[in-house]
Amino acid sequence: MGTSRIFDKRLIFVTGKGGVGKTTVAAALGLAAARAGKRTIVCEVAHQERMSQVFRREGVGYSETELAERLYAISIDPERSMEEYLSSQVKPAPLYKLLFDNRFFQYFAAATPGMRELVTIGKIWELAQLQRRSATAAPYDLVIVDSPSTGHGLGILRTPATFRDAARVGPIRRQADTIDSFITNPELTGVVNVALPEEMPVNESLDFKKALAVEMGMGVDAVVVNALYPERFSDSETERIERAVESNGSPGVRAALKAALFEHGRAQTQRAELTRLTKKLGRKPITLPFLFEPELDLGSFETLSLELEGAL
Amino acid sequence: MSIERLLERKQICICAGAGGVGKTTTSAAIAMGMAAQGLKVAVLTIDPAKRLANSLGLSELGNEARQVDPERFAEHGLEMRGELWAMMLDAKRTFDELIERHASDERTRDAVLSNRIYQELSNAVAGSQEYMAMEKLYELQQEERYDLLVLDTPPTRNALDFLDAPERLSRFVDSRSLQLFMRPGRLGLKVFGRGTGMLFSVLKRVTGVDLLQDLSEFFQSFGDMAEGFRDRAARVNELLGDKRTTFLLVTSPRRAAVDEAIFFHRRLRERRMPFGGVVVNRMNTLAVEGEEPDVDELVDLLGDELGRKVAGNLDDYQALAGRDRENVKRLTRELRSGPPPILVPHLEDDVHDIRGLIEMNEYLFAGEAVPATR
Repeated sequence: MGTSRIFDKRLIFVTGKGGVGKTTVAAALGLAAARAGKRTIVCEVAHQERMSQVFRREGVGYSETELAERLYAISIDPERSMEEYLSSQVKPAPLYKLLFDNRFFQYFAAATPGMRELVTIGKIWELAQLQRRSATAAPYDLVIVDSPSTGHGLGILRTPATFRDAARVGPIRRQADTIDSFITNPELTGVVNVALPEEMPVNESLDFKKALAVEMGMGVDAVVVNALYPERFSDSETERIERAVESNGSPGVRAALKAALFEHGRAQTQRAELTRLTKKLGRKPITLPFLFEPELDLGSFETLSLELEGAL
Repeated sequence: MSIERLLERKQICICAGAGGVGKTTTSAAIAMGMAAQGLKVAVLTIDPAKRLANSLGLSELGNEARQVDPERFAEHGLEMRGELWAMMLDAKRTFDELIERHASDERTRDAVLSNRIYQELSNAVAGSQEYMAMEKLYELQQEERYDLLVLDTPPTRNALDFLDAPERLSRFVDSRSLQLFMRPGRLGLKVFGRGTGMLFSVLKRVTGVDLLQDLSEFFQSFGDMAEGFRDRAARVNELLGDKRTTFLLVTSPRRAAVDEAIFFHRRLRERRMPFGGVVVNRMNTLAVEGEEPDVDELVDLLGDELGRKVAGNLDDYQALAGRDRENVKRLTRELRSGPPPILVPHLEDDVHDIRGLIEMNEYLFAGEAVPATR
């Protein structure tokens, strides 16, 4: 798939388990899309405000904040999303106020299983519409979602379908159906799955792909393997290093040799997992290098976004 | 500091932390190590890596604890003086059993189990996995069959969710006010005044009648079980705060994970939950402090090209080790009164079998096997 094709979608979900680097990939994708001329917004869902940390900004909160040229971010808040949705559904305004301000309604909304997820994905969908709910809100070319980590399963991607099936008639069914149709349409919505080149994350990535196909009839557009160690030392070099370890050098030298062997071992283990993933997927995943930097900064994200751009 | 000291006189060890920091592996290693010392230990895991599960003989396991065959440890030269039991949590199954226990009659039970809202709730959303982990823990504790229970907490976007889970669920099912609300023809009108009729019709307009009916049924049948749930939740909470329980934070030395561990520690204190200590996995500890590598020596040893490459590689690892040390220092400072962190180095292979767990336990149980950082 060329960069143009995935960036021609309107919505991209970046998925994966905790700790694999979803935010990193979402930010790098966002930078690449913005560079390609797309007015792009990256959505966070879990109050983590990681995007703002990346760009060294104060928390973006529930407002569409510009972080770089053509690149925006928002942290989606379920309560605010609910309020926004209701105010657009229930007219006239006093009736809406009656509903929203009622504490039993608040209780009801908070207690209903999946309601938070539904209004969250509702807001994501709204951001991806060319005709925005508020007349003053400018449309985006592309919405990138830093999806919340899920234990098993598909998380918020499944929510609209669940509500559509539970509510056989009525506005919630209509709304849920509209959202579900949008996110299951491969022309409009893409899924990028992030994994690490390690045993468990690779299994999870394969499980996710399967669940997405079985439960929603959707495919994964791209698998990104994050933090791949470089292969710095060839096998013959490694042998030379191993021999050198035996000749008693200074502690500094020994540390250097051990670090080289560690690097080689890790790179090999990771390659084996990458190969396994490639076989099972039937195609090569995109890889991003492990960056030997204490903390990733904006420069690192730009590096990674260029890598992604080249690979997509 | 070592695990056996942290777990002295403890019966429950809850491993908590952000996703991807090695919680499952750490839980398994701790349980195995304590069992090796002679205790009867059960580890309750949520989502073990397949190879780790296989090596423990876990793949065929359901919602009940099974003993890991002692032969498996002997094969790796580990003397197992106690017993290691392990199970994988099946949240849906646990929830169903809970309903069966609390439902007053068959009709209520079937109404709940077949309700679509319940089916969704028990499957995925709204913290049900966390609650069920707590529930199962309580159940196992009541059985009094084990000396020690080790719980691997579910991977949630927020590592703290499970702390609130029992209370949230009991609040949720304690929906007498919701029941009133759902039957506006009766008491509801009196309590909420005239607005309610109109409110109800607005709500109908927003949700659609069918969904409202499912919800109404759901809340009503759940409401009947509220007493049982509330009681149970209170006891689970008591168990979490008990002095025989301890929370172990598991983290990596990365900034985001350390931030989360610090936050979690604060929350534990606020909730007066017993904090035991912290395990930092995947420490880059290779570099030797104060001993800059001599590039010339490396060049002499390996030739110009390879010598410089090895020196450059060490620089990179030094930088990572420096970062890890700083982050652990910060963590130690923030935890103030707690015991010093237990550090486990970044092992070359991913830990996914008994051999790996044994290697990990050299650090978890050895005391000061890794150079201290302060």
